[in-house]
Amino acid sequence: MATTNTETGATPEAGPLLAEAGRSATATPAPAPRRRVRRPRTTAGKVVLGVVLTVISAVFLYPLVWLIAASLKPRGEVFDNALIPATFSPQNYVEVWDQLPLVNWVTNSFLIAVLAATLVTLSSSLVAFGFAYFRFPGRNILFGLVLATMMLPGAVTMVPQYLIWKNLGVLGTWIPLFGMNLFGSAFYIFLQRQFFLGLPRELFEAARIDGASYFGLFRRIALPLSVPSLVVIFIFEFQASWNNLQSALIYLNAGSVQGFTAPLGIAYAMTKYSPTNGGQGDYQYVMVATLLITLPMLILFAFGQRHFIEGVATEGRKG
Amino acid sequence: MTAESAARIRRPGGKPRKARAHRVKYNRREALAGYLFISPWIVGFLVFMLGAMVYSLVISFSRYNLATNVAKPAGVTNYQLLFQDPKVASSLANTLFYAVMAVPLEICVALGLALLLNRVGRGAGIFRTIYYLPKMTPSVATAAVFLLLLNGNTGAINQALAFFGISGPQWLIDPAWVKPSIVLMTLWGVSGTMVIFLAALKNVPRELYEVAALDGAGPVRKFFSITVPMISGAIFFNVIVLTIAALQVFDQAYMLFWRDQTSASPEASLFYGIYLFQQAFREFNFGFASAMAWVLFVLILLISLIQVRLGNRFVYYEGEKR
Repeated sequence: MATTNTETGATPEAGPLLAEAGRSATATPAPAPRRRVRRPRTTAGKVVLGVVLTVISAVFLYPLVWLIAASLKPRGEVFDNALIPATFSPQNYVEVWDQLPLVNWVTNSFLIAVLAATLVTLSSSLVAFGFAYFRFPGRNILFGLVLATMMLPGAVTMVPQYLIWKNLGVLGTWIPLFGMNLFGSAFYIFLQRQFFLGLPRELFEAARIDGASYFGLFRRIALPLSVPSLVVIFIFEFQASWNNLQSALIYLNAGSVQGFTAPLGIAYAMTKYSPTNGGQGDYQYVMVATLLITLPMLILFAFGQRHFIEGVATEGRKG
Repeated sequence: MTAESAARIRRPGGKPRKARAHRVKYNRREALAGYLFISPWIVGFLVFMLGAMVYSLVISFSRYNLATNVAKPAGVTNYQLLFQDPKVASSLANTLFYAVMAVPLEICVALGLALLLNRVGRGAGIFRTIYYLPKMTPSVATAAVFLLLLNGNTGAINQALAFFGISGPQWLIDPAWVKPSIVLMTLWGVSGTMVIFLAALKNVPRELYEVAALDGAGPVRKFFSITVPMISGAIFFNVIVLTIAALQVFDQAYMLFWRDQTSASPEASLFYGIYLFQQAFREFNFGFASAMAWVLFVLILLISLIQVRLGNRFVYYEGEKR
């Protein structure tokens, strides 16, 4: 990419393209006081705007409300589109556990997501600290390479990575699903480096004089101070891992159904109860399972909303 | 920054005093520590990125035997097969068609929503939260719901259309409507793009609008003469990212059409990513799949380069001298 300008210093200019990328997830505090754009002045204008936004909200909410309703309907009514079920069938939520190994799927997904997110948070921070704090020959070129890999389409490395894991003899294990995360991830390295560059260098210098090792600077100063951005990386990667269908298809599809992750399980359940394969199957179970694997993401959002949106939306643009 | 200026002071002969060691450019100990810190990424890059790409290139010129793990040189056979395979051509056409439809729509819808939200004072947070919920919904969940919403006979979307007297299409069966179906699903999750636009809009200085208003500019003129140039960086970023994503579309197409290897509309719903996946992990034609991957890579590179070229013409960077 043309935007791999890697000037060092307190206000890194990584090019506008990546500045945009940075803003989509950083949680750097203290945004510049922003100026408000002209608001509708008349009451009528406010009402019209409110109505328009509410209608759009309904469109965005409808599929989720529809899903909740469908999960409570008995077989045969799942497709009736009523937002309040004609017949309430809460027993779906009891029966689904016998129908599908949901506990296994959710446990697998949860453990993989925690591993993936923890590993990538730690490794990316380590690498980011290397780029932010130290001076060494080739640093800017290497950081440019980090940024360039963000543009590498996943499809290109899909096959060789599979063969690498195969040759390492770890096919059939979970390692291919999070192993890459040991080595840091370009976007997170970028974010974390920005954060580290914002920390006052005097802190580190004082610690050096007190005899701290380089790793001590990272472990005792940089990491504790960057908890907010570590949380951002963790929840972003947790979400990415939780939603990852393609890797599960490649690495787990051949194994037992109990070993599936949540997304792979939903794909399996959709085929098992497919309405196209023999009319209206027990699709209510698919709906319950779908809702249950969506809920953790909505809960994550409820707790981390500030990180997901507000950090993005209010992140002030400097200069 | 003090460290920055200190670093410029060259110390002939090296060996600076220890307390200032890290201030000196390319102090050996410091450099070594730096390399150690970034070593995880270097290993990952050499093995899983660069190594993988070279490996992929080699395999694309080979016949790969899965049982023995041996890649026998096969010249350009895979590429010849690839260019003769009508499915490669049609899947590429489908993918490009989808991208050309999806990306501009996503940009317009996301920008429209961001402009609306930007005008709200109090309460914007609630709407923003609601609009963001689809982005949090796993793609498989979105697909499981839209499979039923898009059903041509019983789906809610066609029922809503019928309410307005429109007879909706067979979204998931009619070849002409397969790609619009996926575009619709993608648009439901457009809020990520919207949030980036919203952030950009917040940074447009209000004075510009005031000055323009004094000069008698109307809302349309202000939008095209102030808003669009001022957020052109965000537009550019979103176009590139969305294009790369669209060219690799997989999850939705897999969930809606290819879960059980057969599709109700196999011609129209075969995307490049799907066919690549099938060749690699259903047929285990690793050589052919790698050739496909490289063609996609070159294509994405070319398209991105063209976009950057075009982008440089209209993107306004702050502080730029003209």
